[in-house]
Formats: sequence, structure tokens, C-alpha cells
Amino acid sequence: MVQAQAVRQLSYIQAVNEAIRQEMERDETVIVMGEDIAGGGDREDKQDAWGGPMRLTKGLVGDFGRQRIRDTPISEAGFVGAGVGAAASGLRPVVDLMYVSFFGVCADQITNNAAKIHYMFGGKVNIPLTIMTGIGAGTGSAAQHSETLYSIFTHFPGLKCVVPSDPYTAKGLMIAAIRDNDPVIVFNNRQLMGIRFDVDVPEEAYEVEIGKSNIAKEGTDVTLVGIGYTTKVCLDAAAELEAQGHSAEVLDLLSLSPMDDEAILESVQKTRKIVIVDEDYPRCSIASDISALVAEQAFDYLDAPPRRVNPPHAPVPYSRPLEALWVPNKDTVVEAALGVLE
Amino acid sequence: MTTHSTMNKDTLLWMYSTMVTIRRFEEQSRREADAGKLRGMHSSIGQEAVPTGISAHLRDNDFVLGTHRSHHHCIAKGVDINEMMAELLGKATGTNSGKGGTMHIADINKGMLGANGVVGSNIPVATGVGLSAKVRGTDQVSVVFFGDGASSQGVLHESMNLASIWKLPVLFVCENNRYAESTPFEFTVAGGSISNRAAGYDIPGVSVDGQSVLEMFEVGGEAVARARRGDGPTLIEAQTYRYHGHFGADDPLGYRSEEEQEYYMDRDCIKQLTAHIIENGFAGEDDLQSLDEKALAAIAEAVRFADESPFPDDADLMTDVYNTYA
Repeated sequence: MVQAQAVRQLSYIQAVNEAIRQEMERDETVIVMGEDIAGGGDREDKQDAWGGPMRLTKGLVGDFGRQRIRDTPISEAGFVGAGVGAAASGLRPVVDLMYVSFFGVCADQITNNAAKIHYMFGGKVNIPLTIMTGIGAGTGSAAQHSETLYSIFTHFPGLKCVVPSDPYTAKGLMIAAIRDNDPVIVFNNRQLMGIRFDVDVPEEAYEVEIGKSNIAKEGTDVTLVGIGYTTKVCLDAAAELEAQGHSAEVLDLLSLSPMDDEAILESVQKTRKIVIVDEDYPRCSIASDISALVAEQAFDYLDAPPRRVNPPHAPVPYSRPLEALWVPNKDTVVEAALGVLE
Repeated sequence: MTTHSTMNKDTLLWMYSTMVTIRRFEEQSRREADAGKLRGMHSSIGQEAVPTGISAHLRDNDFVLGTHRSHHHCIAKGVDINEMMAELLGKATGTNSGKGGTMHIADINKGMLGANGVVGSNIPVATGVGLSAKVRGTDQVSVVFFGDGASSQGVLHESMNLASIWKLPVLFVCENNRYAESTPFEFTVAGGSISNRAAGYDIPGVSVDGQSVLEMFEVGGEAVARARRGDGPTLIEAQTYRYHGHFGADDPLGYRSEEEQEYYMDRDCIKQLTAHIIENGFAGEDDLQSLDEKALAAIAEAVRFADESPFPDDADLMTDVYNTYA
């Protein structure tokens, strides 16, 4: 099959950067806060020394200035909390929590303030806050810099959680998150930042709707559900399964809260088998949640029990061969799929 | 490890050897990273004097807690460099059996209670270590290293308050290397001083030249003695400098000037100690050179040990998550 080349290719990093830039141009209440998002402090000749630890905010300080692109001290409780306050009083802040594993430092601000203020205050105060955070293993960063942890945040009513899977969804979900009037956490997988994607990223601003999944590949025999990086793993596994004569459908979840239950159930009613591939720890995971959903609401359609593919119940190891075992990969997904196909 | 708490020739040569070993270890670690054997590391070159001057006063059963940039803390505390290098390469023979890597080196037998990758996260833990010593009635001391960046975390303030009201044997040692990643100290620290903050918690706050191991030795000695006596914690702000980038791949000239780098590198801690030893006749250049060679040989042996060591077994992925879990 000959595929047309994407018209406008961007890297994941460029896509996120463009999303923030376009929203800052459109809406002057959008500001960004975080550690080293510009870098170099206020030294005239050293502006934009970093542009973010993952370079997601590179170049923004030059265009929007330090009033709106704010480097912070290493004080997550302070600046995430300040993001909540700013959101409650007229701004639309984007806060960069460098790695999701640091959420513990500022958990109170996220779970007790960002998530609950709208409800507790009788719906009279909005918190249009976007938190973007780096997730994912596979980079040799060991246990404190490799987690995904999104399932923890989906536990809290009041928070929305999205996980882009490529540059197109990275841009569209980031824009949707910034425009949303509720707090949204955007989980950016670091492995996706190093992959070249042949997907078209339109230049104009667009939203990928929060709460909607996407069928990344149609199929009839088994549904593979992917989240962020694992969507890529599922696509690779689907190609392998195809070669073995099995037609796999890949559902790219994109949004974890709210979750597109309907699309999951629809796909499963068609394929009658489901494998959920989730890079988060197995206990109380999104994979478990979807498994329960399918068992409750599509039981009569299932030809096999739902199958979850998660890392093991262990922290992320540093040593390269152990880390490679930890992250779900094409082979583990193919094996799981063959397990339900038999 | 025997302590080197008296200033004499032995102590000076121990400090010299320790600092040179740290520097050569870091240079080698960088080469290993460049060769793709590990993926990024936070170099402590330039900051060798800070833990060396303090650890001179510490026993094996005193505790040190470190940061993402902690190779120098480990070596100064006497952690085996073979096992450290093996850990950097993710080998089964590493200090942490390959599970932790460069940011998390720990060796309980040497009182190295772990490097920690979350900024400020080690500070309350160290306070608890001090509490433990006090409750158990020992004269052990807990030393926590952190950077100027961590001084902005709330846990530092909560920990200094606790340590003060409970008179805990804790040394809060800030390595002010001027930069939190790329962000300069003066951009994020109100009032221009970290040591001044001790006053609010009624504990001594000392600012010291962290490029002078002799000054580090003196200030460290006082603070350790005070802790052992049961008189409580001290906050030490060591003015130091990180020669390399934050994690290696970044160019520090992106956020600081060559003039500034030269200013600090001219005051290099090893250079200063070398001059002190030679000028005062504690040892000759030949003696120091033989210590240099010893350090290099030890690093070469560490690399050999690490290279020849096996990776962990696949089954090790699931070991040590718990002691028991059924």
C-alpha cells in the first residue's frame, strides 16, 4: 500500500509549542509558568537559554515576554497553586510540571484546589487551568522520572485528563485543554518526542475534542486500546497481527477523563475481544477500569475475557535490559492478542 | 572509614585524594555517557570540596542524603567506586543492583542513605534520620545536601523548623552552585541569601566559601560537633560552582558567561588545596602526583569491574519491590 506523505510534518515538541503559541496570540490571558520554561533568568543576553526541559516552550519568551512566560523557582506547590489562583481570577494559565512523578510535591493544590473549587463554590468559580507534564519510561531515567500515573488523576472528579499519541493530537488536545474552562492535565510521553511521525499537522489552530477517542486503525477480530505511547505500540502490534492473518482494530483513547466509553463498547461489540495496553502500574489502572466497563456493559458480546497489558507491579528500573522488560512492547501486545484470539 | 577530624597532613592528603578521585570519576562517567553506556548524568565537577570538607568529620554510621547530583557525596562518604561505576552502567554488581542508577546511588553500610531525584525530597527524610538518632540515643549525625534550587521548596522550611524545635542532629548543607538547571540563583531566591533564612528558625546559618575545602572542613567540624553534642541543627550555605551543564548535554554558556566561569574555575578547589599543601610543605609535587596516579588507576579498575559485570537477570525486575507480598 502506497501512503501519501503528510503535507505538514511537525515533531511532537513542535506541535505542542505551536499550540501554546497560537493560543497565546489569540488570548492574552494565557500565561505559562514552570521551571526553566525559558531559562537563563532575567539575564538580557541569555534569554530562552532552555525553552523548557523538553524544549516545549522554546522561543515563546521572545515573542511574549517574561510577563507571560514565567520561569519559577523549584516550588511546585507554590506555582501550581498560583496557577489555580490565577485561573480563578481571570487568567488562563498553563503550568508545566516537569515530570508527573513530582506531582506529590503539589498534590494538595491539584486535588483539593484545582479539582474541587468549581464544585465546592457552587459552580460560581471556574478553574481554566492547564497542567502539562512529562511521562513515560524508556529513557533510562529510573523510578522517579519515568512514571505515567494518569490513573491517579482520573480518580478525582473535577479534573480532566488527556494523553496525546502523536503531533496531531498533541496540538489539538493542548489547544482544547487551554480553551477548556475546567482544569485539564495533558500528559506528554517523552518517548513520543523522539519519534518521527508521518501525520499531517494543520497550521491553523484546531481542537481535538476532549472526551473523544479515535480509531487509529480499523479492524474486525480484536480491539487493541492504546493510551499515548502505547497507541504506537498497538499499531506496531496490529501490523504484526495482520501479517499473521488477524485484523486488529486500534482505538487511540486520547482522553482518560472523561473517557469515551461508547467508542470502546462499540468497537468491542464488533470485534468481541479486547486488549487494553496501558503504561501505568497495573493496580487501579485505566486498563482495569476499561476491563470493568467492558465486563459490565458488553459481557454478552465478549468471546474472551478482557485482557490487560500493563507493566508489572514494580517501580521503573534503571538498568536498560530491565527497563525494556518493564514497558509494554509490541511482542507483549501480540502475545496478549493471540491469547484472546485463540 | 576513619574520620579525619583533626587538621594535619593525613587529613589534607585524604581530602586531596578524595577530591581528585571525585573529579576523575566524573570525567570518566562523562566518557561512559558519551559512549552511550549510560544516558545522561549530572556532573559534580567543581563542587568536590563541599562534601569532602564535611565528610572528613563523619563516621561510617553517620548518614548522608544526596540529590540528583550526588556522585561526589557518595565518594566523599566512602562508597566503593567499583560499585558506583557498575551502578551507572546498570549492572547487577552496582550499589543498587542496577535498579537505581546515577541519580539514586545508596550504600547503607557507608551511611549513604541515597541520592534522590526529586528536588528537596531528601530534606525531611534527613530530618527523620536525625530524629531517629536522637530517639535511639546515639550521637550519629545526619547530613543532607541540596541545591540553591531546593531552597525554594517548602519542605526545607518545614524541616528546619522541626529540626530546631526538636534539636535534631542535622546539617542542612546547601550547595549553592548558582544555577537551578539554567536559572540563576538571584532570579529565584529572595533576599539574596539562603543562610540568612536560618535566623527565622533560631538555628545557626553560615555562608562559607565552598571552593575552599579548608573552610568547608572548619565549618563542617563545628556543625558536626554541635549536632553530636545534642545542640541541634545548622544551616550551611556553601558558595560553589558547577563547571558543567545541568545534565551534560546542555551547554552552560547558553545561560552564563565565560568570564563568570573563569572566575570560579580560577578558584578551583583542587588547585587551591594543592597550593596549600605544597606551599606549607605538607607534601611534595611527587607525592601528589602519585596520589593522582592512584586515583586514575582506581577509576580504570572501576570501569573494568563495571564492564565485566553482568546485567541483572530478567527475574530481578520483580525482586525487592517488597520484603513480603502475598
